Amino acid sequence: MDGQEQLETEKIEVTLFLEAVHLKYGYDFRDYSRAHIKRRLIRRVKLMNLSDITRLTSLVLYDPEVFRQVLSDFSINVTEMFRHPRFFRDLRTEIVPILRTYPSFTIWHAGCSTGEEVISTAILLEEEGLLERAKIYATDMNGAVIEVAKEGIYPAQDIKKWTKNYHESGGRKSFSDYFVVNYDYAILNQRVLKKITYLEHNLVTDGRFIDADLILCRNVLIYFNKALQNRALDLFRDSLLPGGFLGIGSKEDIRFSSVGDAFENAVNCQKIYKKKIEEIR
Amino acid sequence: MNKQLIVIGASAGGISALKTVLSGIGDFSKLPIAIVLHIMEKESELPKLFQNFIEIRVKEAEDKETIQTGHIYFAPPGYHLLVEEEGTFALSTEAKVNYSRPSIDLLFETAAEAYTDRLVGILLTGANEDGARGMKRIEELGGTVIVQNPETAYCHSMPKAAMEMVPKCRVMDLEAIEEYIAGLAKGR
Ligand SMILES: C[S@@+](CC[C@H](N)C(=O)[O-])C[C@H]1O[C@@H](n2cnc3c(N)ncnc32)[C@H](O)[C@@H]1O
Repeated sequence: MDGQEQLETEKIEVTLFLEAVHLKYGYDFRDYSRAHIKRRLIRRVKLMNLSDITRLTSLVLYDPEVFRQVLSDFSINVTEMFRHPRFFRDLRTEIVPILRTYPSFTIWHAGCSTGEEVISTAILLEEEGLLERAKIYATDMNGAVIEVAKEGIYPAQDIKKWTKNYHESGGRKSFSDYFVVNYDYAILNQRVLKKITYLEHNLVTDGRFIDADLILCRNVLIYFNKALQNRALDLFRDSLLPGGFLGIGSKEDIRFSSVGDAFENAVNCQKIYKKKIEEIR
Repeated sequence: MNKQLIVIGASAGGISALKTVLSGIGDFSKLPIAIVLHIMEKESELPKLFQNFIEIRVKEAEDKETIQTGHIYFAPPGYHLLVEEEGTFALSTEAKVNYSRPSIDLLFETAAEAYTDRLVGILLTGANEDGARGMKRIEELGGTVIVQNPETAYCHSMPKAAMEMVPKCRVMDLEAIEEYIAGLAKGR
């Protein structure tokens, strides 16, 4: 078989794999970026010493352990505290003053991975004296990362990077005020951890479950195709209260999406949008 | 989808090498170019840097953007750049590949699968081995593979690694690559 013919065959194999996973486990990756999915599958095939994706399909059908592995492969969990500090600076200087005028408010982190982004928001709110008023939900499709997030224990090796991000984002205290650092691990302060509710939720198949004042979904949409991005964005629009805010990743965009008209740029913010308050007709 | 695509990878010494190879294009290009240049993870000044002397559209590639002729795209710093089969870009924050994000291999491999024999891969100066596997994949799928002559490259390791993986690649000096790209851009 020559290279191009093999490529055609692999395309069929990927489609069959995703169908199999969907039918068997209910997880639907058919509208994810194919380049991304294929890369992750080929990598798994190589790691398991298999000859092709079709072998992986038969294994995944009979072995839930293999499925959990593939789920982890598809779910890129790379994250960090105060990732893209500019985002958190915007949050602090532009959005916090608005939240301050509410007696209580609800935040939803969608695609929270192991929780670093959620903790960053919680720390920011604590410093602004608003944590007590906040209800924070954080969700991910991957149960394994949710379990890690619930523990609140992180490898200490990255603390330098976090601290740098934290200060660039406008953090004023010492980052270590929030963690007990214990040789290799940084253990998050229980008071902060207790304010966060972690849940499994899949943006492809699950629906609205809260009314939120602020939704953060960063570096998740890039793994979806346009149609699926629109589905997720529709869900965010429907889950936000009028005047609520949506924060997305630094290389993500909603201008040309199905919700482009429903949002406007939040004043002075790079990647935070405000849901328009509909006019009453 | 465009008929052809040029992908270019460069690392240490890459800015100056890129300036040379792109300088022959003039103000019209019949095909798109996508570039991964390893730099520090910070806001990218790259498109601005190159906007000044080429009168075609130079920009950072955006997620799900359709690849268009007459454009030069740079991978955004901190993100991998992938090409989808239907001729659009996708971004990813997966772990570094060859200690790099963006990784040249990732762009080259996915572009090879999308454009097969209509892809031209060009690998320039660099002090690591990123790009070699990508070049191999381009060759396997019938694309054209060009490596900067390591003898005259600012850093030879990257071109050398590619030559070892793809012995049949074409080896050229920067000026020859410049002419070659200019020719493609003008549709010769
Ligand atoms: C790169 S991480 C982003 C983490 C964090 N938001 C950040 O920006 O640092 C992407 C996360 O999205 C999750 N994800 C992917 N598809 C999802 C879906 N359909 N529903 C919910 N979460 C999903 C993955 O499991 C992964 O943890």
